[in-house]
Amino acid sequence: MSEWWTYRPSDFLLFSARTYYRLFEIHNAALWPAQAAAIGLSAVLLWLAVRGGRGAARGALAIVAAGWLCSAGPYFWARYATINWTAVWFAAAFALEGALLLGLASSRACPALPARAPGSRLGARRAVGAALLIAGIAYPVAAPLLGRPWTQAEMFGLTPDPTAIGTLGLLLLLEAGRERRLPGWLRAAWLGALWTIPVVWCLITGMTLWTLHAPEAIIAPAAAALALLATRLRHPPTA
Amino acid sequence: MPNDRATTRRTFLSGLAAAAIASLWPMRASAQAASAPGPGTRAIPSSGEALPLVGLGTWITFNVGDDAVARDACGDVMQAFFAAGGRMIDSSPMYGSSQAVVGHGLAKTGSTARVFAADKVWVAPGARGPAQIEASRRLWNVPRFDLLQVHNLLAWQEHLPTLLAMKAAGRLRYVGITTSEGRRHREIEQIMAAQPIDFVQVSYNVLDRDVEQRILPLARERGIAVIANRPFRQGDLIRQLQRHRLPAWAAEIDCDSWAQVALKFIVSHPAVTCAIPATTRVDHVRQNMGAARGRMPEAAMRQRIAAHVAAL
Repeated sequence: MSEWWTYRPSDFLLFSARTYYRLFEIHNAALWPAQAAAIGLSAVLLWLAVRGGRGAARGALAIVAAGWLCSAGPYFWARYATINWTAVWFAAAFALEGALLLGLASSRACPALPARAPGSRLGARRAVGAALLIAGIAYPVAAPLLGRPWTQAEMFGLTPDPTAIGTLGLLLLLEAGRERRLPGWLRAAWLGALWTIPVVWCLITGMTLWTLHAPEAIIAPAAAALALLATRLRHPPTA
Repeated sequence: MPNDRATTRRTFLSGLAAAAIASLWPMRASAQAASAPGPGTRAIPSSGEALPLVGLGTWITFNVGDDAVARDACGDVMQAFFAAGGRMIDSSPMYGSSQAVVGHGLAKTGSTARVFAADKVWVAPGARGPAQIEASRRLWNVPRFDLLQVHNLLAWQEHLPTLLAMKAAGRLRYVGITTSEGRRHREIEQIMAAQPIDFVQVSYNVLDRDVEQRILPLARERGIAVIANRPFRQGDLIRQLQRHRLPAWAAEIDCDSWAQVALKFIVSHPAVTCAIPATTRVDHVRQNMGAARGRMPEAAMRQRIAAHVAAL
């Protein structure tokens, strides 16, 4: 691209805000009643996060992985690609993230979710993780809060933004542990990709929404920034 | 939209006034715009074919994917565009589903024979151009394109020979190149000077006037038609202008909206063949087409418009 410095984010915008939000309305109508299953799995995910343990971590990672795969196929590949030709690349990245999460869930190196004893400290890192996980699951309420109908709600597990935000929360909740047994390069590549894809997506979606003058443009980038800052914090010792 | 009867009366009176002073106007096309029942036209220099001064862009506005409701709404916009005398619709493979939506609208309105189909080739390497052009033609569902342009000069050295060969074989009527927002103007000038192109598409509006310095004079000198894109700066210009009251002098050029003032500023430049505003609204497309009618600003009024908008 020549004279690349003259381009602004809005130069890459291909659709209007109206078209973008209608996409979720059409997506929700096409997937109905999958929303009920997504809400049920979100409840299970929260229960697993509270319960803690390695088995809970495996289940939670699998649920989130399913969300990435549902975002990759039905959303990016089948829906978003109708208005954005770059969606196929996003579909590939989301499928990769889903595969990485499934791989982590099924591997012997799977970290555990902390089993917190009553009265013990939650710790700042876990507090941020829990907040982001809840924010991702609660993301659908953003639509009516911002004056859009429920039919345009973005569901955790079915659409990319809430799935990415919730995943960052789950990754923060996981304890460092058995993955240390992996070779350094493999651990770095695996964990690096696991974190990089949701963080980069949060920036991309924030930029897209900003060019659409959408008030929620700040949410995903802020979540990513918060998650990255929280990675600098250590987990408190478990009971 | 304003009262139709009032608009008709004003258009009639302005037509009389325009006819009276037509001999004083520097632009024959502007005089035609005032006296003809349809929209004003300007001749494509390489052929003499008359083209309405206002066309229809599709960037962003027609990229609605599979949304059946939105597709029909775009078809309604096209219906109003054709009913108002419009002809040129401009699209590109870069614009997502816009080409398919244009094809849907053409079928819905039965306007395939009327449309001046302007599309682009936007792919590298150039060897992939013919396949992309054919895919675009199928989406539009037209027998052939009237105009194909090399989008943003991407691989233009490879695409231009292909397009010129298509024109020579009768499979294309006009060949052009495009850029936007002032990019690669030096290269645009070089191509305009050296290649037998019929059209050049550039960004031109009341605030973005760089092309007045070299490209528009060169287009007149070389007999190249000019399409003005981004006439409203993607809507930002109109949103900015609408915070201010429309000046009383807008009536002197038969404008009842800022959009018409902005469009008349563009199409009254003698080197400009047409402007291609994009919209999703029927009332807006009618308003835009209104800018191709009535009195056009002459040089002094153009300066007045530019100075007024710059000062806002």
